[in-house]
Amino acid sequence: MAFVKWLKRNLVVIAGLLTLGYLLLPNVIVTVFSFNKPKGRFNYEWQQFSLDAWKQPCGVAGMCGSLSLSLQIAIWATIGATVLGTMIAFALVRYRFRARGAVNSLIFLPMAMPEVVMAASLLTLFLNMGAQLGFYTILIAHIMFCLSFVVTAVKARVMSMDPRLEQAAQDLYAGPAQTFLRVTLPIAAPGIAAGALLAFALSFDDFIITNFNAGSTVTFPMFVWGSAQRGTPVQINVIGTTMFLVAVLLVLTSMVIGNRRNKQKA
Amino acid sequence: MAAVTEAPPPLAPTAPEKKPPRKRGRMVPYWLLLPGILWLIVFFALPMIYQASTSVQTGSLEQGYKVTWHFATYWDALSEYWPQFLRSVLYAGAATVLCLLLGYPLAYLIAFRAGRWRNLIMILVIAPFFTSFLIRTLAWKTILADNGPVVHTLNSLHILDLTSWIGWTAGDRVLATPLAVVCGLTYNFLPFMILPLYTSLERIDGRLHEAAGDLYAKPFTTFRKVTFPLSMPGVVSGTLLTFIPAAGDYVNADLLGSTDTRMVGNVIQTQFLRILDYPTAAALSFILMAAILIMVTFYIRRSGTEDLV
Amino acid sequence: MTTTDNSGDVRLSGISKTYDNGFTAVRPLDLTVPQGSFFALLGASGCGKTTTLRMIAGLEEPTTGAVHLGDQEVTNLPPYKRPVNTVFQSYALFPHLDIFENVAFGLRRRGIKSVKKQVEDMLELVQLGEQARKKPHQLSGGQQQRVAVARALINHPKVLLLDEPLGALDLKLRRQMQLELKRIQTEVGITFIHVTHDQEEAMTMADTVAVMNAGTVEQLGSPADLYENPQTTFVANFLGTSNLIEAEVDTKSGDDIVLRAGGGKLVLPEARCSAPTTAGGKVLVGVRPEKISLTHADDAGEIAEGRNRITGRIADSSFIGVSTQYVIDSPVCPEFEVYAQNIDRDARLVPGAEVVLHWNPAHTFGLDAAQDIDAGVAEVEEDAA
Repeated sequence: MAFVKWLKRNLVVIAGLLTLGYLLLPNVIVTVFSFNKPKGRFNYEWQQFSLDAWKQPCGVAGMCGSLSLSLQIAIWATIGATVLGTMIAFALVRYRFRARGAVNSLIFLPMAMPEVVMAASLLTLFLNMGAQLGFYTILIAHIMFCLSFVVTAVKARVMSMDPRLEQAAQDLYAGPAQTFLRVTLPIAAPGIAAGALLAFALSFDDFIITNFNAGSTVTFPMFVWGSAQRGTPVQINVIGTTMFLVAVLLVLTSMVIGNRRNKQKA
Repeated sequence: MAAVTEAPPPLAPTAPEKKPPRKRGRMVPYWLLLPGILWLIVFFALPMIYQASTSVQTGSLEQGYKVTWHFATYWDALSEYWPQFLRSVLYAGAATVLCLLLGYPLAYLIAFRAGRWRNLIMILVIAPFFTSFLIRTLAWKTILADNGPVVHTLNSLHILDLTSWIGWTAGDRVLATPLAVVCGLTYNFLPFMILPLYTSLERIDGRLHEAAGDLYAKPFTTFRKVTFPLSMPGVVSGTLLTFIPAAGDYVNADLLGSTDTRMVGNVIQTQFLRILDYPTAAALSFILMAAILIMVTFYIRRSGTEDLV
Repeated sequence: MTTTDNSGDVRLSGISKTYDNGFTAVRPLDLTVPQGSFFALLGASGCGKTTTLRMIAGLEEPTTGAVHLGDQEVTNLPPYKRPVNTVFQSYALFPHLDIFENVAFGLRRRGIKSVKKQVEDMLELVQLGEQARKKPHQLSGGQQQRVAVARALINHPKVLLLDEPLGALDLKLRRQMQLELKRIQTEVGITFIHVTHDQEEAMTMADTVAVMNAGTVEQLGSPADLYENPQTTFVANFLGTSNLIEAEVDTKSGDDIVLRAGGGKLVLPEARCSAPTTAGGKVLVGVRPEKISLTHADDAGEIAEGRNRITGRIADSSFIGVSTQYVIDSPVCPEFEVYAQNIDRDARLVPGAEVVLHWNPAHTFGLDAAQDIDAGVAEVEEDAA
């Protein structure tokens, strides 16, 4: 009886943890199989433990090249989308202007559009313009679809900002430029950082739009896609595992540092 | 000491006429908007127009295409590919429902029950994002492998018999069946459900639960009458963020499915990148876009959360 | 503080503010706040007091009129070029800077390099020396309030503007900070302009109070003057409580006016009447509740001659320690309020008892009967809620 009661009370916790397990299971598999030594070309069945792939992470032709290309694109796309998106977000929150509704729709639509539709239409444009598909067409596409997400993230932060803070800065002898640099930007920074992080993740991981507009250029997701047809090297799992660990470690350290700083000051 | 009077009509030299308002940067918003909006117009809106025009062109790769207002392309595309359209809607719909059922308890757990574990669980929800989703989707090939423990368990519990009977699986396999595709879609878009749900749940004042309890509501009634209605914005944006990308997805259908599970995304991709039949591909993606926009608009109207976006 | 220096005078001439949506927050008004005074703008929310303050700060552009600081016109100067600083409502402390940097902000913006000594002295003045390296959110409300004051004062402004500076504090802390702000003002001798909706706060702190209503200044004067000689029904009701009786002018005798109210007669010194007093005209007669004495009807004979008197019945009484508050039902005024000090309590004064109210005619004031008799009452109740 007591058990039934406990179960009843904790049903939502159990269900939630099961979902969490569902979310994390593939990552566990990816990690475990990074130590596999598969028989054939595909790394789907467990054979025997091996550190081979970890010793030679770049041992597959083309993989690390595609990885560095993806990183470059992600960095440039993040910079581009963050700068443009932040500007739009400030304009939307802080100013009144004509055509606000049209601007809002133009920001919202890319997020409500299936990727494959945007991918296909962008390719139509590039073909019509006779553009050479490659690094720049990928970058253009990435900035385009990351932009809306940055705007949303920054807008949320700027909207929750007390306008009196900027008035206070002006009252304390800060001109418009100083007010922006010393008060507005630092306070909006977490929103801008969140937008940039999101843009980076979206760009780095994008496959569908990239696949349409890359021509013969191969990014890391495209490399994985190709290998799913030809044969999956274990090194893919090594990269996947490393990315997961780095992400978790970065977040954890930043949290620990944040906590310690708060404790010291309190 | 101090003096006050109602100001007389402005004759006094100290009360000058209304000056023209200081034009402190009236153009500033436009300059801020210009680059980003231009980018979206050129690389988002303009391509849509190009695509619309491509969809009514005829011709061939060799001789080039001309706009001939050939609307028959739409009809042909629909009549040939309606099963793929139907599948897209069905699979995406099933995945969305599953995401809601799976995601709500987790979002609730993080918002109300996680205590000091809240941040850790949040990290675990977001962190998989940083492993390429293709790699993670490929992992499902291992999880759902024909002789793996999952299929084995489902088989011995006779669940596969049931799913085969309704056509979700075929024989003793899960891979290369609709179930595998829906499973992959659910997995891939689950975080897009959890995050908005969490955001709107987290805003709910915990005292509302106590108030509901105080007013004779049992826990489940509290959930039904207070918590769930208040989390509606999260439910609406979560379902949209799940359904839209799932309906256009072709990665899961390709990696985890078979030729019998092809969705409309697969068709567009093949038409565009392999068969190079641009008008058909354009018409298909236009139909998909229109269908989704109509469904979304209708859905947002119905759920009465138009201020959502 | 020298008396000849007028560089801290604030002079508003014909200043008004109408927003784009057509709402007029401030109607043209002239106002001079002399150097070194503690000046309060008092009124209910939406009366235009904050807009007036923001126009002095430069955060709001006046639609008409001019703002002068001393002899300098600052109407068109942006806020960062005005020698004026503001303590904002809910403080607006920069959340990303620590207390030291918050206080040093203004000095640094003016290019002053060595700020350490000044900031430390200022933090000492507001008793926050220990907290210099904390972030604003780590401080209590009262401490945040003092940081806001320090951050403004360190710039030695000609005028310090305070926008509801104590609104976010609880009652006890508010009392304490009222005294603190008064102490600081006396110490630094800077002109303070203080916006508040709390009449008690305005009366305790300021040496001059301007009562604002619907974008205009209703009356201006020292707290005692405003309380004893209200010129409008709004001021009479908004500041404390007043009993207002409609009366008709009967005759004049010497410096006094004799009025008819109900069946009785009331005497009002002509000097204390702000309304025209032609015979037969209407006047509102006012008297504060604490000026009135209450005598049981049986002892009516013992009341001295020459006092204004009204008869009635006690409708309600509440004992609040220092005094007892009675509500009297009388033919001339349905709800007459009387506050009686608890010196000798008459056991017969209970609800239902017939009583005579009487007071010294010198405490009577007269107002123009053309006004709304209840103006300013609702605002008080709203604040209390």
